[in-house]
Amino acid sequence: MNTLLNKKKEPIDKLAATAGGGRSLAGEAIRRMARSPVAIIGAVITALFVLLAIFAPLLAPKDPFDRALQDQVQLGRGIIPGAMPGYPLGVDDFGRDFLSRLIVGAQQTLLVGVVATLIGVSVGMIIGVLAGAFGGWVDTMLMRFVDVLLSVPSLLLAISVAALFAKPNQWTVIIAVSIVSVPIFARLLRGAMLAQRDADHVLAATSLGVKRRTVVLRHMLPNSLGPVIVQATLTLATSIIEAAALSFLGLGDPDPSRAEWGLMLGKAARQFLDIRPELAYYPAIAIIIVALGFTLLGESMREALDPKNRR
Amino acid sequence: MALLEVRDLTVKFQRRGEQSFTAVDGVSFDVEPGQTVGLVGESGCGKSVTSLAIMRLLAKRGNSVTGSVSFEGTDLLKISDKDMRNRRGRDLGMVFQDPLSSLNPVIPIGLQITEVLERHRDMPRKKARIEAAELLDKVGIPDPTRRLTEYPHQLSGGMRQRALIAIALACKPRLLIADEPTTALDVTIQAQILALLKELVQDTGTALIMITHDLGVVAGLCDEVNVLYGGKIVERAERHALFAEPRHPYTHGLLASIPRLDAGRGEKLVPIKGSVSDNIPWEDGCAFAPRCPNVVDSCRGTAPDLVPDRGGLLRCYNPVLPVVAAGEGNR
Repeated sequence: MNTLLNKKKEPIDKLAATAGGGRSLAGEAIRRMARSPVAIIGAVITALFVLLAIFAPLLAPKDPFDRALQDQVQLGRGIIPGAMPGYPLGVDDFGRDFLSRLIVGAQQTLLVGVVATLIGVSVGMIIGVLAGAFGGWVDTMLMRFVDVLLSVPSLLLAISVAALFAKPNQWTVIIAVSIVSVPIFARLLRGAMLAQRDADHVLAATSLGVKRRTVVLRHMLPNSLGPVIVQATLTLATSIIEAAALSFLGLGDPDPSRAEWGLMLGKAARQFLDIRPELAYYPAIAIIIVALGFTLLGESMREALDPKNRR
Repeated sequence: MALLEVRDLTVKFQRRGEQSFTAVDGVSFDVEPGQTVGLVGESGCGKSVTSLAIMRLLAKRGNSVTGSVSFEGTDLLKISDKDMRNRRGRDLGMVFQDPLSSLNPVIPIGLQITEVLERHRDMPRKKARIEAAELLDKVGIPDPTRRLTEYPHQLSGGMRQRALIAIALACKPRLLIADEPTTALDVTIQAQILALLKELVQDTGTALIMITHDLGVVAGLCDEVNVLYGGKIVERAERHALFAEPRHPYTHGLLASIPRLDAGRGEKLVPIKGSVSDNIPWEDGCAFAPRCPNVVDSCRGTAPDLVPDRGGLLRCYNPVLPVVAAGEGNR
């Protein structure tokens, strides 16, 4: 009897040894996401895009600024050469390799999207934490300000902010796009913090004499971050679209040599749609795929973090 | 001088434009060092609000707390917020009802213990971790060093409550308030947790206020029992006296409504008629009068006072006679 028990005990001990250590809620969510095909598709698209952007200078087959085939472009007679060996997507109106420009453009797009989202999240979170943790008149003042920002349609707000700057450049685009997302994050975090304020574990921490700052930063904030992370991923997609829209409308960096998807799309759509519509399609498709990737990732993250979907 | 002297504690909930609601109405009791005092009553009788008021954990807005809560001679209701924060966790600890929601889900158990040690005992992180493991060991959690890195959802219900008790006792408070610590647990775990509390209280000499609606818990743990109804203490007695000869009809009804193993087949449980009413009790006589089997005319006049009664206190004009009670209440 005893030997049997000991025999069984050994593998159990082994199992316990391998299982040891904590499994955080975030870890659980990632494990759940790994089982969802939608999440994997989103993650793959996003990962490919990020890799493409980081290694763009190495991946681009030609120099994106080299006007190699300029002599073959005859705008006056409506001729832009199409795809040919060495130039799989053709060239733009200055005779530059379009594929290389698309690849380098990914870098620009990622930079604008990430930086704008980071600024939006940071500012929005500061407002949200202050409002949620203090409540009272601080909350009222901050939230009325946020309400004003929210009352303006997002693209219109971005356009208005971008138009405020006399000399538009990359950073004015980033600021304009990030301001749009600030109220969303502020609202989201405030709501989550308010819910946390009445949570039992916050009361328990208070009953232990934990300092207020620690209660807010260690107990309330981390428990409120789930929806913010999801929203940030979704905001990356909308930021990219909005930045492209600003460039499209001519509110971006005016330098025409820049490889930027929104700019490329805008120019092609306005000037060459009847000559070479592909020049508009390619950047449009690129924007759609990247936005889709981030959206799929964000949506599946939302599902994975939802406690109701625990399996 | 007692460790804790609660005098005339009154808590009113006030909402703008509405009549205030008196949740706790002039409650007074003492807790001696090492003593276990029970606060018993049904939902809404004010027992949890009493404990939150003692810990000053009620929201400032919308509540008025009057009376005095003197802890070792200091009135806790009069000291500054900062002083109170310094005392919470160090002098007074609290264990809550639901162990899962009372632990922070996103940080490991270990950090939730070391946090208190660092805060009140100025321990460096490393030393606090060793101490935390010892604490977990003391409350009967096996393999404590590994458990330190685990998150609340990885622990069983009983273990979570043990962890909460370990956290509350980390700084060796002189008073522990346990607010229905066993309600969310199943019966066997309940018994374990109660045994653990009893053992810890005896070992460390911590005074314990046990808040519960479960008379079984009272029977096993408390030295002295306060029965609350409608925000007032209606009966106070030593544990054995309360169970042997309940004097107040409410206490008597509570005891009669407990299922008993030695009851005959077909014997029905006797519930207390009616339910707790929302309107302000005690203004037009005894709040229990509408539900009371022993009601007499004077009950509907002015509310009875809390008067000494055979070693305890009683708030009733027509108490249950000992002879009748003896048959019903011998457990």
